[in-house]
Amino acid sequence: MTLLSSSVSVTRYRVDGTPEAPALEAIREGLIKNTFKDFDADHSEDMTGWTSFENPFLPDFQDSSFMIGTYLVFSLRLDKKSIPPKVIKKHIAVEMARRLEIKPRSFLTGDEKQAIRDHVIQTLARRIPAVPSIYDVIWNLEESRLWFFTNLKAPNEALVTLFIKSFDLSLIRLFPYTAADLDSGLSGSERDILLKLSPTKFAE
Amino acid sequence: MLDIAVSYNRYKFIGFEFLTWLWFVMENHPEVLEEADRDLVFLDIGNRLVLEKTRSKANESITIKGDQAGFEEGVLALKKGAVVTELNLIYKSGSHEWRFTVKGESLNLSGLKTPQTAPVEKAEDVEGAVLEKIFLYEKVFDLIGHLYSAFIRLRVSNRWAGEVLPRMKSWINSRPVSH
Repeated sequence: MTLLSSSVSVTRYRVDGTPEAPALEAIREGLIKNTFKDFDADHSEDMTGWTSFENPFLPDFQDSSFMIGTYLVFSLRLDKKSIPPKVIKKHIAVEMARRLEIKPRSFLTGDEKQAIRDHVIQTLARRIPAVPSIYDVIWNLEESRLWFFTNLKAPNEALVTLFIKSFDLSLIRLFPYTAADLDSGLSGSERDILLKLSPTKFAE
Repeated sequence: MLDIAVSYNRYKFIGFEFLTWLWFVMENHPEVLEEADRDLVFLDIGNRLVLEKTRSKANESITIKGDQAGFEEGVLALKKGAVVTELNLIYKSGSHEWRFTVKGESLNLSGLKTPQTAPVEKAEDVEGAVLEKIFLYEKVFDLIGHLYSAFIRLRVSNRWAGEVLPRMKSWINSRPVSH
């Protein structure tokens, strides 16, 4: 529940387009299809999905509401298994030594080394629990605006990718150019001038 | 519309100019702030100000922080051609106070602290708490949105070069190096 924290960071987006009618059902379906799935026993290193705002570790979009007032409120969960590089290095060294013992030659090829590395990472990924990170989303459907409660790059990239996959709608991040172009009520000729702007020199 | 990554990098100077203009407006044109929020009590620089000389090849930056910080070095940096790239603000509207930082290149808000809200003690309290928070966040986004729109309309008009820029230059040059 990052949005209820005493201090928050927010990245703002414009939602490009509207969901298929009935909108709420289309959104519910997108959330259900891409609900976060636990992957602790899996060899994947990270996983992204939607989760419930009020119950982020037991999401249920089928039976519980994700609407608060006129806003859609849910969360993005991005779990990552962080395997310390030194642990990977140790296991690779042990595995390489073991392979060399049973090989007739005294070296391993590049492909064999890479295969050992991949195998070690996959094996360790199955044993290491993922660290969960949860970031809240507020979607104002009427005004096509969305707030995402983090400024971090990786979760913002994950949000944009998962959003289009789930709802077939693009998110346009509001930064100086897009906020001016889309959100400031400029006329067509003013938008042409905007395109041609160059930095001002304030000092003599 | 332009490619997002291209437009982010190419036009981030607009965000720096917005924050530089905002400092100028906070000191010289309170009426612009009042137009953005009729209930405004004040909007002022908080405990962090970052300036960068973005036009020089070696990116020089200066960070001023602390609740009692003076902005003499910031003024000096402006005189040497720097622009504001990050600004912590204290915003008071009605009887409520917000604190937050705006980053010029992204217009992202960070460290956003709203006025105190009622604690969430029961599951039934969550909905009300969320709506209250949304209302409080909305106030800040509206303020920044109105100010940014006012700035950008000036920036694409003839008034920028004809009126605003000469005034800003004169403010930078005449401003004593103390807050």
